Amino acid sequence: MIDVLAAIFQRPNFLTFVIIFLWGFYIMITRYNLVKKLIGMYLVQTSVIFFLVSISAKKGATVPILVSTTDPVQALDYSNPLPHVLTLTAIVVGVATLGVALALCAAIYRTYGSLDEEEILKRLE
Amino acid sequence: MTFAYEIPLLILLLVTAGGAILMKDLMSAVLLLGCYSFFLALVWAWLGAVDVAFVEVVVGAGLATVLFLLTLFGTAPKDGRLRRPPPPLTALIALPLLGVLMLYAAKDLPEFGDPNSPASTHISPMYLERSYQDTHTPNVVTSVLMDYRSLDTMVETVVIFTAGIACVLLLRRKVS
Repeated sequence: MIDVLAAIFQRPNFLTFVIIFLWGFYIMITRYNLVKKLIGMYLVQTSVIFFLVSISAKKGATVPILVSTTDPVQALDYSNPLPHVLTLTAIVVGVATLGVALALCAAIYRTYGSLDEEEILKRLE
Repeated sequence: MTFAYEIPLLILLLVTAGGAILMKDLMSAVLLLGCYSFFLALVWAWLGAVDVAFVEVVVGAGLATVLFLLTLFGTAPKDGRLRRPPPPLTALIALPLLGVLMLYAAKDLPEFGDPNSPASTHISPMYLERSYQDTHTPNVVTSVLMDYRSLDTMVETVVIFTAGIACVLLLRRKVS
């Protein structure tokens, strides 16, 4: 039990990721306002990306841009570039899907006059 | 093992995320979400991911906030519900269980900042060592994004184009 707690507090990035991920997920499930749900979705997306980027960090390393182009490269001097590339794609695609979701919200408001889930369901009947 | 100044930034992240969640006024919640994106970009710049930090500031803190605000200007800016119904029981049981499971797995993760973690030893040193000979670009992230994985990046533009078409189709007004 003690070693599990110590392991968690040695990894504060992971603890932050778990808190933001679960909180955003809870908001997506329980809130009735559609924009609030989208705020929860955005928090879930960015927390996962935050976790991936945290994995790429190396202690004492610099940004993955080569200092000298003639000397042989020491991989320990630069942080891991592969998670950075994957998360670049993920951020842009995440914001694109967020834009589509917000456009859907605007269309729903124009048709039903509300963003509250229960009122929309009432008007659908 | 943590980086200096990391704990205050993480606390700022949690505070802004909590503010965006708890705020009743949706306009304030969206602006706090923009602050959250900005602090996230600061953390990433601190961890050595400058390209990701640039993209998060421009696309996450800039474009996403503008999209949220445009939607709110066209719709109801307040969460009109005064009293929330009790949350479903499955969410109250399943989510803490998931959290406990995830935290229990923390022991098996490599320490953050460990240069010998599996993610940093398997194939990424090859990309770092060979990218200048292969692509003649000092920025390794650019050479992977635009050269080794250029097909991925091209198809990503297709995804964004599709999203743009979907937005236009949803938002156009019918000509009567």
